[in-house]
Amino acid sequence: MTKMLTVDTNPVDCYLRVDRIPHIWCAGCGIGPATGCFLRAIDRAELNPDKVAVVSGIGCSGRVAGYIKLDSFHTTHGRALPFATGLKLGNPELNVVVFSGDGDIVAIGGNHLIHSARRNIDMTVICINNFNYGMTGGQMGPTTPLDARSATSPYGNFEYPFNLPYLVAASGATYVARWTVLHLRELERSIAEALTKPGFSFIEVLGPCPTVYGRRNKLPRGMDEMRSYQERSVIRDGADPKDVELSLNGPIVVGKFVDIERPTLWDCYQQMLDRVTKP
Amino acid sequence: MSKDDALCGEFFMNGDTACAEGAISAGCRFFAGYPITPATEVAERMSERLPQVGGVFIQMEDEIASMNAILGASWTGVKAMTATSGPGFSLMMENLGLGVMLETPCVLANIQRAGPSTGLPTLVAQGDIMQARWGAHGHYEIVALVPDSPQEMFDLTITAFNLSEQYRVPVLLMADEAVGHMSEKVVMRRINQKELASRPRPKVVPEEYLPYDSREGLVPPMAVAGGGYRFHVTGLTHDDRGYPVMTAEAQDKLIRRLVDKIRLNAKNIIRLEEIGVDDAEVVVVSYGISARIARYAVQKARDEGIKAGLLRLITVWPFAEDRIRELAPKVKAFIVPEINYGQIVREVERCAAGKAKARLVPHMGGSVHLPETVLEAIREEAK
Amino acid sequence: MNLWRKPFDIDEKAPRPVKIHIDIDRCKGCGYCAEFCPRGVLKMTGELSYKGYDMVGVVDDGKCLGCGLCEAMCPEFGIYLIYEDKELK
Repeated sequence: MTKMLTVDTNPVDCYLRVDRIPHIWCAGCGIGPATGCFLRAIDRAELNPDKVAVVSGIGCSGRVAGYIKLDSFHTTHGRALPFATGLKLGNPELNVVVFSGDGDIVAIGGNHLIHSARRNIDMTVICINNFNYGMTGGQMGPTTPLDARSATSPYGNFEYPFNLPYLVAASGATYVARWTVLHLRELERSIAEALTKPGFSFIEVLGPCPTVYGRRNKLPRGMDEMRSYQERSVIRDGADPKDVELSLNGPIVVGKFVDIERPTLWDCYQQMLDRVTKP
Repeated sequence: MSKDDALCGEFFMNGDTACAEGAISAGCRFFAGYPITPATEVAERMSERLPQVGGVFIQMEDEIASMNAILGASWTGVKAMTATSGPGFSLMMENLGLGVMLETPCVLANIQRAGPSTGLPTLVAQGDIMQARWGAHGHYEIVALVPDSPQEMFDLTITAFNLSEQYRVPVLLMADEAVGHMSEKVVMRRINQKELASRPRPKVVPEEYLPYDSREGLVPPMAVAGGGYRFHVTGLTHDDRGYPVMTAEAQDKLIRRLVDKIRLNAKNIIRLEEIGVDDAEVVVVSYGISARIARYAVQKARDEGIKAGLLRLITVWPFAEDRIRELAPKVKAFIVPEINYGQIVREVERCAAGKAKARLVPHMGGSVHLPETVLEAIREEAK
Repeated sequence: MNLWRKPFDIDEKAPRPVKIHIDIDRCKGCGYCAEFCPRGVLKMTGELSYKGYDMVGVVDDGKCLGCGLCEAMCPEFGIYLIYEDKELK
């Protein structure tokens, strides 16, 4: 392990581009704790950090790649997954992690999400769901709960949102979990598990967005959103993903929902290669 | 599979297939694509050949994903390409810009068909030439090669990989349906490893590595993912460290270098074919399939005693500005037959700067020019 | 019969003397650490930092169990524990 055991720094600093900290995220943003959990999970999963590549798209969560001191790629809006697909197939030894926001990976990049899950390409997706587009000022998106207010749904959102674990599980992901940034221990363990699990792993992380989402939905401070997670969360490991829909004020079912075995894209490619090269 | 996996010898094959074989000979080991007429044959050939040579072929969910996948693969040190046509080319534009910004070597073959929109999917056009130059937003320089035969589909695909590796820029192979689908003799020679360029590699230890180090030259050394360099790259305007910097100064420094690395090396990049240009009064400037018609028309004109010449653009971008400027005072007119309503003719007119006439011989696509149309234009301008 | 036993991991889990380090350059005053500290070790002071954010302070690090929740929860990577018995490990 290359981790330095110096006393005077935060233990995750060795994986951070400290010259870029403090970061651009608002006070109380959920992306920071989720990033911290990932960084600690690298050690927990005993990965070689030199072989970990982080890819992200655009938006607040897209900035994660820029703060992590590993091979990191900040790509275009919604396209982290296909970029990561190229990385993984170009060098299958890499442990590819995609950090992405809900708008990035589910709206503009939704097609890539379902197809990456279908292929069961071996990578870990950490999707930080803050229920809206934060970077552009809080517009509604495909995860905004019904009736929630946003910059583009000022009278309440009239569209049904996606239930992400259900979507991804139905598309073929072999590991699906959901946590909030309040469930730090569970989240860290879950990410570590996903990092070592072959196949497409998807972890939805609910995180506060006080500045543009909370403020419009009676949760003006990050703390209010955190407290609401505390009150509304129910841990139900193994819950059927179709039953874990989120709503504006209803219960938040968290836990590990899917953990199954299925040959990965690379396994299947190798099988095909065997047919090609062995007459 | 043995190391010696490239095909060698004489073959009768179509341009798309020759393009795929050129890529294999150039060392391409990753292809991501999406089916589209008339470029599908490139993907089909690659899906057959790459597994034989230990490469990876993947059919992505769309052209946007294909373009991103080759960028990702290129960052692992693999030579990567995709192939598409009109509508797919439009979808790739945003991430072509990402390729330019991240300075990622890769090759994108556009087997042009008639547009706009779905247009004539199975029929020829050369309508994407300006899109090749300006298709992604923002100001940048790109390299685009135009083959005029299946043989050149093979040869120029290799050249495209070499230029992309040398200058760390996506290189476009702007073929067209006619060249892509035409079958001719293709001679595939054995490509010596020494003929193949590879991207500059970092010579420093990881702690000292800067992803966009411009101190040594305009093309910075490129690390690979997983190589221990722990670098960051971004589509945002960035400094030498690869860190985003949101200032006019950073933008100025970056864009100048991205443009200059092509602009200042244009002489080394540009490839032209000239027939009878030296004493010509009328020079036909053409490229791709149109140049084959122009070649015949120029020949006929010479037979009639007209001093005609052919300047064939093998590289359309960067444009051969200097050569046109040089010829302009010596010739009466440039004639530009192209299968669109006037694209390269604008460049010719700009460089001729009033010293010689630039005459467009347009064709809206769906077929090629009749040689007589070009010949008639030569006759008129020679008067 | 002995109905209790000494937990086998007691040495590992026992509270260890800890110093809490708060990085004032990074803190944006969200207050998560103070709110969720299980022992009430941290508290918002009501004062503003030089950057204008609410400041958090250590009330009593004698009460700290060294669970590290504040460290994990801080969105700014701005708080961490220094285990004073580290050298002994």
